[in-house]
Amino acid sequence: MINSQNIVARSATTLPAPHARDNVVEVAKLIDVSKCIGCKACQVACMEWNDLRDDVGECHGVYDNPMDLTAESWTVMRFNEVETDFVGGDDVSREKELSWLIRKDGCMHCAEPGCLEACPAPGAIVQYANGIVDFDSNNCIGCGYCITGCPFNIPRISEKDSKSYKCTLCSDRVNVGLEPACVKACPTNCIEFGSKKDMLARADKRVNDLKERGYEHAGIYDPAGVGGTHVMYVLHHSDEPGLYSGLAKDPRISPVVGAWKGITKPIMSAILGITAFAGFFHYITKGPKEEPTDEEVFGEGDDHHRVSREEEHRS
Amino acid sequence: MTVNVTRRQFFKLGAAGVASSSMAMMGFAPESAEASVRQFKLTHAKETRNNCTYCSVGCGVLIYSHGDGSKNARQEVFHIEGDPDHPVSRGSLCPKGSGLLDFVRSEGRLEYPQVRAPGSSEWKRVSWDEALNKIARYIKDDRDANFVERDEKGGTVNHWTTTGFLAASGSSNEAGYITHKVVRNLGMVAFDNQARV
Repeated sequence: MINSQNIVARSATTLPAPHARDNVVEVAKLIDVSKCIGCKACQVACMEWNDLRDDVGECHGVYDNPMDLTAESWTVMRFNEVETDFVGGDDVSREKELSWLIRKDGCMHCAEPGCLEACPAPGAIVQYANGIVDFDSNNCIGCGYCITGCPFNIPRISEKDSKSYKCTLCSDRVNVGLEPACVKACPTNCIEFGSKKDMLARADKRVNDLKERGYEHAGIYDPAGVGGTHVMYVLHHSDEPGLYSGLAKDPRISPVVGAWKGITKPIMSAILGITAFAGFFHYITKGPKEEPTDEEVFGEGDDHHRVSREEEHRS
Repeated sequence: MTVNVTRRQFFKLGAAGVASSSMAMMGFAPESAEASVRQFKLTHAKETRNNCTYCSVGCGVLIYSHGDGSKNARQEVFHIEGDPDHPVSRGSLCPKGSGLLDFVRSEGRLEYPQVRAPGSSEWKRVSWDEALNKIARYIKDDRDANFVERDEKGGTVNHWTTTGFLAASGSSNEAGYITHKVVRNLGMVAFDNQARV
């Protein structure tokens, strides 16, 4: 399944990826949280396109359904009711107002993906030149390191096949020039798709608009800690992303992942190499281990010696 | 020429083989970096335009089915998404519309006409011919019995008030026009749309 899209990074692979054809437009999905009505059309479209059917769950008394991402629900709407500063209107007596913050959760497609960094299975996680981070489940060994590596807690291990799954940004659609299924379905233009440059410009416009309406902390969520993301949010309260059901304020790849890949693995590999080299060096200088001859074991000149020699010749 | 491999040499070769393959496992032998993206599933699928079956908004949908329409290929719907050229929602769909595929494939979907006789609790399967003939018979009988040409003052009314008609919401303009013509030509007055139910 050779694809024309370049793979720019591949998990657990030391061979550098080809970079001659990287003149590819970086894509991005922009989720304008202020426009979301929580209809979940994106969730349904995602399941329909990706041939996923999660188990029917139970009602937990809230709108979240399912309650969390699963191996078969790659995007979920997270609903959170919070009190925020009163915005707009003439009623100056009010200081606080109820905000119903709805966020579409799913893979952020980081420029520096923690999952790919942590993954020990060669080729189980790949990153394309257009920015998409994709899981190749055939290569997945189900270790769950990607979950540890992800600063957004997105990948989920399937109970059916013990492999890790997450949003692919519909890489199969994007590859042939289509927008992701969730983007297409969204009835309120909350989710948009295009080049990252265009999406940043759109986001800027929306942020200005929100600021004019009194949301002074409106901003774009494109965290630099992971090199920027290819799924971005417009937030009315970007100073407190935690309000949006625990969106990370300053996401970074866990230092544990850095230590494992940055120091531990090379050192261990070096030790392995040194051991092999030392063995070889020992062989060259000392020669093979000498087996004591029969003479040394049994003494010279008996019948046993002759018989064993003959046997050796026959073999 | 025969190669004499002693037991000892054989073990050495084996050990070397195991060691080198373990090294490959640890990433010392790079694998080819081939792409593995899921293949696009609609490339040659038959695309059929239609309207969403649910509400009166009537969003346009594209229905994708296996088979290119050649005589030996039986079509099977396997994907439905919004129609970007349709003016109503320009490609977007609500959660119900986005899940139309499972509506098409629903186990609870009615696939053939059934009749429940008056007083009976049993549904009986009938053929389309039987069903349509029966409906036509009922309509004709009722219209013949209750059609009103003139009111008490002698004015022409040509109406038929004892039968109503409930039309589908997800129809095209043309289908709506034809439905309207048929129903009003019969003199039917009670005429409504599923979207208001």
